[in-house]
Amino acid sequence: MSEGTLYDKVWDNHKVTTLPNGQDQLFVGLHLIHEVTSPQAFGMLRERDIEVARPDLTHATVDHIVPTGDQSRPLDNEAAEEMMAELEENVREAGIELDDPTTGDQGIVHVIGPEQGLTQPGMTIVCGDSHTSTHGAFGALAFGIGTSQIRDVLATQTVAMEKKKVRKIEVTGELGEGVTAKDIILTIIRRLGTDGGVGYVYEYAGEAIESLGMEGRMSICNMSIEGGARAGYVNPDETTYEWLAETDEFKDDPERFEELKSYWESITSDDDAEYDDVVTIDGSKIEPVVTWGTTPGQGIGISEEIPAPEDLPADKQDTARRAQEHMRVEPGETMEGYNIDVAFLGSCTNARLPDLRAAAEIVKGREVDDSVRGMVVPGSQRVKAAAEAEGLDEVFKEAGFDWREAGCSMCLGMNDDQLEGDEACASSSNRNFVGRQGSKDGRTVLMSPEMVAAAAVTGEVTDVRELPKTEVEA
Amino acid sequence: MSEEIPSVDYVEGTGIPVRGNDIDTDQIIPARFMKVVTFDGLGEFAFFDQRFDDEDNEKDHPFNEDQYQDANVLVVNSNFGCGSSREHAPQALQRWGIDAIIGESFAEIFAGNCLALGVPTVTADTETIEELQDYVEKYPDADIEIDVEAETVSYDDRVIEVTVDDAQRKALVEGIWDTTALMKSNTNAIEETAKSLPYVEDSEPRKGHADD
Repeated sequence: MSEGTLYDKVWDNHKVTTLPNGQDQLFVGLHLIHEVTSPQAFGMLRERDIEVARPDLTHATVDHIVPTGDQSRPLDNEAAEEMMAELEENVREAGIELDDPTTGDQGIVHVIGPEQGLTQPGMTIVCGDSHTSTHGAFGALAFGIGTSQIRDVLATQTVAMEKKKVRKIEVTGELGEGVTAKDIILTIIRRLGTDGGVGYVYEYAGEAIESLGMEGRMSICNMSIEGGARAGYVNPDETTYEWLAETDEFKDDPERFEELKSYWESITSDDDAEYDDVVTIDGSKIEPVVTWGTTPGQGIGISEEIPAPEDLPADKQDTARRAQEHMRVEPGETMEGYNIDVAFLGSCTNARLPDLRAAAEIVKGREVDDSVRGMVVPGSQRVKAAAEAEGLDEVFKEAGFDWREAGCSMCLGMNDDQLEGDEACASSSNRNFVGRQGSKDGRTVLMSPEMVAAAAVTGEVTDVRELPKTEVEA
Repeated sequence: MSEEIPSVDYVEGTGIPVRGNDIDTDQIIPARFMKVVTFDGLGEFAFFDQRFDDEDNEKDHPFNEDQYQDANVLVVNSNFGCGSSREHAPQALQRWGIDAIIGESFAEIFAGNCLALGVPTVTADTETIEELQDYVEKYPDADIEIDVEAETVSYDDRVIEVTVDDAQRKALVEGIWDTTALMKSNTNAIEETAKSLPYVEDSEPRKGHADD
């Protein structure tokens, strides 16, 4: 068993008791909710006549179904309007703060928590969304829960969990030109498998991780779940504290910041912490990664050949065969040159300001290929506003991208932003599952925002390192 | 409402095999069916895009086949239920008629969601699972018994060893898988934990604003 890791410390600090079933009851420091997975939980509370225990530690937004075009009420889509109205009613009754589109603070739940400073080191954070692991970038213990567990958290501000093992993933060296956090996590998932993290929490460490900004760390922690790990984290450091000092929570309260900083420092993993497993990956050897299949583990470097199913481990062969049939790719080919119909820049993985900046540097002075519809969906209203202040919107619009409102959008195709037929999408999102982007014949190729930008302007999967960048000046 | 939680120590019925590794929750229930504020009626959308083509014609899928329509024990392969945390996935399966799932391995959030519904997720090795899937295909009406407490599955005069996660087994067998009331009873301990955390500002629980 691990000892002295951030995970052990945060777990112990939040443990209320051990339940008769052997699970631990953990206090939840921050409960984030959204419109899709919470209404049934509120319904269950009403059935049992239970009130929300800690509305002050609960925060709501709308992201999954919210349209990224016309957001005027009532929403055009009746089902979406019903879900939005239901959330509004639930939070009003319970006294929970809601960042709806009229506030200027709305956005993807995993973007707004960190940008407002709600997400802090040493916290336990839960949300009815598997990408809650994102918040681990700040040294929080953050994980996705189902609706029945949302009910538990609303009712008690606690959740029943079993303690997991801790695997340290050390990414050494310096990343090459054009290589991003997204390429690191796709490499990790490829190496350890989509189920390699089941039973584990991932601690990301090493020079290549520590040199990333908070947004890059979020991209990595975000996709922990794609590797089977329900939670992943990075130990907080000066980069983390600098981010936090600028947030709503602390910018006018340096005293509280200093007070909590000593707590944050106390929960980092000890130098002599014990791990259940340690994996080392050479970050300097990573090149831009794209997926060729229908699981996030089916990735390759841009110059690598698509593997033959028979060369893969026995349990991966059948999945690979079906994936190659769906994607219409052949072993021995590279993904470079794969035709793209849609370029999607968005999602809780990669729709923060530096993601948009990096993509804009590729897009500037170029045009979206005639065969491609390109869309940019900022992660939050604040990201959108900041990008507009820098003129990024103009860069994208001039190139022919559609510049949209904040939301989850085409990452999961719950609003109108969907693939049609067998369209192929270069996507900065996190899942390339069959049907994920709204069309069961749609084809998703996961990649970094820079690589999406490159694919958008060339009409095919392209090595971003071959396209010179142009600085975008505000 | 009464908080009587039934024990789920035993599931008996007939099987239905769904083969393939990494079957994700987007396959189990596509996101477009989640634009609902209750879980009612999700059963008919289980595996929808695997079961129907664009013109709503049935495709080859076990959930479409006559011989499995009364099945309640789903037999799957590895990393079943990976992807999203949507409880809509196990809700759809349960509402279709599934009471227990036997597989090589399960994604964690999915297994946790199943437990919250009282649906056991029991595991066995690849060979054992494939044998069971073959058997169910051949004898769809044959009886399958899952003994959660003893961690066995019985079929065809055979008793195979399976694994049920410790906490899950205890929770199901003792009827403590619905944790709300259980955890709510620890109010004082919850308060104490909250008070001990430097970042929790006001550890007095607030009342909901039911009247504003």
